[in-house]
Amino acid sequence: MTALRVAQRNLWVYRRTWRGSVFGSFLNPLLYLGALGVGLGSFIAAQDTTALGGVGYLQFLGPGLLAAACMQTASFEATFPIMGKISWRHNYEAMLAAPLSVRDLVLGEISWMAVRLTTMALSFMVVLTLFGIPTSPLAVLGIPAAVLTGLAFFAAIMGFTATQKNDSGFAAMFRFVINPLFLFSGTFFPVDRLPDAIEFVAALTPLYHGVGLIRGLVLQTPELANWPIHLAYLVAFTMVAGWLAYRLLHRRLVK
Amino acid sequence: MAVIVRPTPSPRPYPAVVGSFLRARRLVQRNLLVYRHSWMVIFSGFFEPLFYLLGIGYGLGTIVGDVELSDGRLVTYAAFVAPALLAQSTMNGAISETIFNVFFKLNFEKVYDAILVTPLGIGDIALGELMWAMIRATIYAVAFVGVMWVMGLLISPWAVLALPATLFCSLAFCAAGLATSTFLRTVQDFDLPFGLIIMPMFLFSGTFFPIGIYPEPIQWAVQVTPLYHCVELLRGLTTGVVGWSLLVHVAYLGVFGSVAMVIARRRLATKLIK
Repeated sequence: MTALRVAQRNLWVYRRTWRGSVFGSFLNPLLYLGALGVGLGSFIAAQDTTALGGVGYLQFLGPGLLAAACMQTASFEATFPIMGKISWRHNYEAMLAAPLSVRDLVLGEISWMAVRLTTMALSFMVVLTLFGIPTSPLAVLGIPAAVLTGLAFFAAIMGFTATQKNDSGFAAMFRFVINPLFLFSGTFFPVDRLPDAIEFVAALTPLYHGVGLIRGLVLQTPELANWPIHLAYLVAFTMVAGWLAYRLLHRRLVK
Repeated sequence: MAVIVRPTPSPRPYPAVVGSFLRARRLVQRNLLVYRHSWMVIFSGFFEPLFYLLGIGYGLGTIVGDVELSDGRLVTYAAFVAPALLAQSTMNGAISETIFNVFFKLNFEKVYDAILVTPLGIGDIALGELMWAMIRATIYAVAFVGVMWVMGLLISPWAVLALPATLFCSLAFCAAGLATSTFLRTVQDFDLPFGLIIMPMFLFSGTFFPIGIYPEPIQWAVQVTPLYHCVELLRGLTTGVVGWSLLVHVAYLGVFGSVAMVIARRRLATKLIK
């Protein structure tokens, strides 16, 4: 339970800085869906939608963006803020001087991230509903699925951050990992449009499984039949990544 | 009693503006030195529009199909989106240099306070940062035009003018970014220009589809933004829809950039000299 103290500390900080997250969780989806879903979608509607699995482009894009937004928020939170606590402000050193262990830090950060992602996915789902996208009551389950997708990235990147001396690696990580995932993991178009080799790589990434799971739940497409694979992948990935993050952070903080 | 003899200033062999340029050059030199240690930041910035071109232009393009230009010709979706991404890539270079870096230099690193002790003045600082940001934006523009050329997306001979045209885009965005950064007070303030201006501009300025599908009031709002004029200018040149209206875009960007630069210089003066 001591891990919750770490989450509580983050909550106190967040009470002063929450305003910025309004953009990520409400304004961005509104703009993206308005521009790409409705605008570009009106172009695609005139043509054949079988390439999208029989749904309109707005419907196709909405759940994908939810998964991608969780990935982006979680990835950002796992870089600069964690780096700050490791080496700029030394918060973790201070915490370890209290009756907290490295395990508490990792679990506390992850549980706080889960809270943040839940509020974000919830407001995102409200926007999706405003656009009339969800076609199934199962869409509610899209919220925990989105949280899980975000946590997979949070845990993995927290481990990466623990290995970095300063923040110069982050720009490259976002540009060469997160951004390509955003564009090529089935958010904007089905991965079967990619060359086979790239499609194969895309199918190995957590975002692909997050997008598949959430899209299946929100639209109740045939894709939903694959939910055990997507879910098992995301759970396994998050647990392995979380354990690695713990090992790496332990090595970094405990001499 | 000692008599202090002030040296009589030798007549300047060149006009004042050349002097300012020569001094501002030192600031560009300083930025180059600093970036020798973090070149990855500049290098990686080139890949963002490239990934968008591959993902949206080609990936999503397989679903969108061909797009009709304003003169009625059909072009592939990639050829339609690419000039817009060229504009966006120039904007990105301009903005990440001015809004972000200038903010930190101004408020945390106090670089300009130190520079003001040297013979450089406020005007030289503003000019120097403008020049450096335009260099960075132009590096991205050159690289992206190269990519478009290799991929066969420069489908008109007018495309040779696309690179010079990006100079007007980068002038507008570098100056606007400089002015904006002087109004920001905390790191949290970044959300405002990015969430309310840059992101909506990126999505709605005719980047991904012609603005004709919007209701009229939204079309007017879009036509006020500098990115719209960049996109139209560059798309006209690379696809060969050329007319006198392209000069309107050039004029708009020139005026917008100059006004923003005047604001930026004034604001820098009030921020730096108490």
